[in-house]
Amino acid sequence: MSLLVGSWTLGLILSMLALGVFVSFRVFHFPDITADGSLSLGAAVAAVLLVKGVSPGLATAAGFAAGMVAGATAATLHTRFKINGLLAGILVMTALFSVNLYIMGRSNVPLMREKTLITQAEAAGQRFAARSSFSVFGWDVTIRDFSMLVLALLATLIAGVLLYLFFRTNLGTAMRATGDNAQMIRALGVNDGNMLVLGLAISNGLVALSGALLAQYQGFADVQMGIGMVVWGLASVIIGEALVGTQHIGPIIAGAAMGSVLFRLLVAIALRWGLDPNYLKLITAAFVFVALVLPDFLRKWGARKAGLAGA
Amino acid sequence: MLEVCAVRKTFHRGTANEVRALQGVDLRLEEGSFLVVIGTNGSGKSTLLNAVAGTFPLDAGAIRLDGEDVSRWAEHRRAFLIGRVFQNPFSGTAPNLSIAENLALAARRGRPRRLGWALAQQVRGKMRETIARLNMGLEDRLENPIGTLSGGQRQALTLLMATWLKPKLLLLDEHTAALDPKSADQVIHLSEQIIARDKLTAIMVTHSMHQAANLGDRLVMMHRGRVIHDFRGAEKKRLRVNELLDRFEDVRRADQLDETAAEMLGRRYI
Repeated sequence: MSLLVGSWTLGLILSMLALGVFVSFRVFHFPDITADGSLSLGAAVAAVLLVKGVSPGLATAAGFAAGMVAGATAATLHTRFKINGLLAGILVMTALFSVNLYIMGRSNVPLMREKTLITQAEAAGQRFAARSSFSVFGWDVTIRDFSMLVLALLATLIAGVLLYLFFRTNLGTAMRATGDNAQMIRALGVNDGNMLVLGLAISNGLVALSGALLAQYQGFADVQMGIGMVVWGLASVIIGEALVGTQHIGPIIAGAAMGSVLFRLLVAIALRWGLDPNYLKLITAAFVFVALVLPDFLRKWGARKAGLAGA
Repeated sequence: MLEVCAVRKTFHRGTANEVRALQGVDLRLEEGSFLVVIGTNGSGKSTLLNAVAGTFPLDAGAIRLDGEDVSRWAEHRRAFLIGRVFQNPFSGTAPNLSIAENLALAARRGRPRRLGWALAQQVRGKMRETIARLNMGLEDRLENPIGTLSGGQRQALTLLMATWLKPKLLLLDEHTAALDPKSADQVIHLSEQIIARDKLTAIMVTHSMHQAANLGDRLVMMHRGRVIHDFRGAEKKRLRVNELLDRFEDVRRADQLDETAAEMLGRRYI
């Protein structure tokens, strides 16, 4: 049960990563690799501030803001200096590696003894429940695990709902249209470059927020923790799209969050069955590859079969 | 209203693909006039529209619109004054957004976009009303993604969007060329209606001699990046399709003459 609750919590924390990847890859069709760096950036900024004794809420918000700056930088490299989008992301991601080391002063900052959002949630949970565990269908769930789950759920809900509401405003609608048809939105008076800057800022802000929460959950920030996270987020988004099966913005956002949880559960089960964790990134990448290729392949295969049947 | 002064534009300058698209175009358009632009392939008629819309920076010359020099304005800034419909019916709408959302975007053309709801109730009311007048049955499909509509329907909506807020200038770039004949007729009819109703100043590029003869109160013919004929008023009204075709034939013959003359000279001297 602890494994299940842990997977749920981790999946929800990483769902903000999925939302960020959704904004860059799906709304803008922009392959933004910056996210790998901004996840660690969010974690680094939050961790260092926590160690300095800054309040956990503020430290997490600072992580979010740092991510926004990173995203805006990548977008500016692309729009102002005409650097290829993929390369712009790679440049900022690479630079962030040094920035993150500089911020942390070393490659790893432990948070075991700091006051974090997680310890705050735990304390609140214990005050509320006044016992250390309760039972769900016969399984023991500690209040500690449960509080973390509630915290992650709240964070995801707030981020998801705010993102959804934003996409229903004039500004947010113009942003979605920019990714859909830039020529059209320019003809309607929108500076599509500025839209991309704002969009990638939001995207990387969400990714960094995910990193800040992840650092507090696992009890340390590490300069390596962002590696491969873009692909992880993409896998969640793809699963989410398969789950909801529509293009409407509300269900798609909810789907991305659900996809993140589901993907984390699948990974937890695979690890439990004895999958070597070293192969995790390979399998994630292979999964995304198959998910991207399979629909097209199935369609062609189906068409050919139909053709043969008709002949 | 619109002044195009000695505008020049060369694409891919200094390469094998150099195209002198505009070679000193002068054009003045009065308020409320409806100009039709025709010309041979590659004559620069679409480039002229794009120059006015601000798609690329000019090499030389100036463009004044509504009393302001807009030559250095970015495309999105000029959109405050200009409504546009493109040749490709897919260019003017965002396919994954609903009809209502597309219209809501058009309802703020050139205006600041902030955090107000895009689909506020009063916008929706006007949408249903206006779309019902298209007689395409789209008023009950406002929530559908626009990508599910046909090219003709999308072009009609693009036209509505371009004129939702009355533009100082409407640019129609062969906006029926990619449509089937029936949809093309519908869209042309709608264009005529809207331009007349709102007394819009408009420029329409077309390949159809029929449209060129029957629409607008002025017609210019372009060739090799220049305006070579300009018909207005009574002269424009008298123009028939046959005469326009004759003019094209003249141009073609003049071109051939150039080529054969060059060939002759080449044979003799090289």
